[in-house]
Amino acid sequence: MDNPKELHYTKEHEWVKIENGIGTVGITDFAQHSLTDIVFVELPEKGKQVEQFKQLTVLESVKSVSDIYSPISGEVTEVNESLSDSPEQVNKSPFENGWIAKIKLKDEKELENLMTAEQYNEYLKTKEH
Amino acid sequence: MGKKTALFETHKNLGATIVDFGGWMMPVQYTTVIEEHNATRNSVGLFDISHMGEILVTGKQATELLQKTMSRDVSKANPGKMLLAVICNKEGGILDDLTIYKFSKEKFMLVVNGANEEKDFNWIKKIKEENNFEAEVKNSSSEFSKLDLQGPNSEKILQKIVDFDLKEIGFYEFKQAKIDGIQGIVSRSGYTGETGFELYFPWDSALQIWNKLMETGKEFNIKPVGLGARDTLRLECAMNLYGNEMDKTKTPLQARYGWILDLEKDFIGKQAILKQKEQGVKGKLVGFELTERGIARHGYKVFKGEEIGEVTSGTLSPTLKKSLGLCYIKTEFAKTDTEIEIEIRGKKVKAKIVKIPFYKK
Repeated sequence: MDNPKELHYTKEHEWVKIENGIGTVGITDFAQHSLTDIVFVELPEKGKQVEQFKQLTVLESVKSVSDIYSPISGEVTEVNESLSDSPEQVNKSPFENGWIAKIKLKDEKELENLMTAEQYNEYLKTKEH
Repeated sequence: MGKKTALFETHKNLGATIVDFGGWMMPVQYTTVIEEHNATRNSVGLFDISHMGEILVTGKQATELLQKTMSRDVSKANPGKMLLAVICNKEGGILDDLTIYKFSKEKFMLVVNGANEEKDFNWIKKIKEENNFEAEVKNSSSEFSKLDLQGPNSEKILQKIVDFDLKEIGFYEFKQAKIDGIQGIVSRSGYTGETGFELYFPWDSALQIWNKLMETGKEFNIKPVGLGARDTLRLECAMNLYGNEMDKTKTPLQARYGWILDLEKDFIGKQAILKQKEQGVKGKLVGFELTERGIARHGYKVFKGEEIGEVTSGTLSPTLKKSLGLCYIKTEFAKTDTEIEIEIRGKKVKAKIVKIPFYKK
């Protein structure tokens, strides 16, 4: 699966898509593939204030618990409730139906700390060895 | 860099995720835990378990040495029998759980947890020396590769490549036989709750036998299975894992291992165990099921108002699709259907005690 061009990426394999000052956040195809079998998504609470690169929530696969870090700072305005009943959407559609939360972008400058799709692709190459 | 089994490169080429497990570089999964788990339950799975240790005990007093160090009465078993046993220290604490293969009253093979191999070997050797038993204890772990073939179709596949009728061996029995022409040991046993076999043969024959089994198993969609699914398979059957359900702070009575104690003979730890039996066991291992969302993991605390126990293993069961696990709990709360709470990342989640095994064929 290609990493969509319009997204911004973190080293911890989260992505964020910015639209009208709101960032939609999820994990990348690479991340879902290494976690495999996501069976539980602990949804963050609406209204929660998060900071860039600090914990947003956790995902659980059969074998482990993994922290998900927020790509941007701001307030959680919406969460993907459908993941409660079908967490496997994160595996099947990491960039679309498997989104986790929407966060109101506090500081546009933070996007400079993130990678473009092209940079992320390069970064993944270093991970494969 | 940890130790590697003879099949390390094979696992890597199959795309396995490799993790350090008790000092060994082992495949945790090849595709996904759920896929490998279901393949084993529904058809057949192949496991490289070569990290397990094999200790040979031979000699005139081999039986005496094992009577002293093992919880089972090995004198009663016929040659060709396997026994599940524990090794205890003087305090009754569990040093390891293992299987004993009896070839004769003067020859046994002990199959021990990989991470405990040296500790077990040194312990048995020390007891031998202290008692001047006429026996030899040899750590042969590096001489054997071990593959487990598990699942309802395992017998059909294995039958095609061994030189005897598998019906000759019942559950927990074994035979020395040729596997694809290679001299080895075949037992009807495993760690999955399914029909299955454990195979032992010379270290360097691993690739040949692995390939032969993969090829012969093709018509049954055989899948290589990593330690991830090995763990979910054993947990559904509520089988203990050393380091999770037991260690030297737990006695066999606490770990639901009372049935593998032969108390009419003497062994190290027996006196302490008898005393515990008399005084009553303070904490007990029980199964639980979460009635709210979440997964309880190793080390999470169990509550009923106050803290009453700790989770030893927990997962989302791929077969039963339930969130379940095992925990140590104060004996007075161990009754089935008792409602408890488990603290998951600071939140108390509702659960209840249920009967184990969770899954039975």
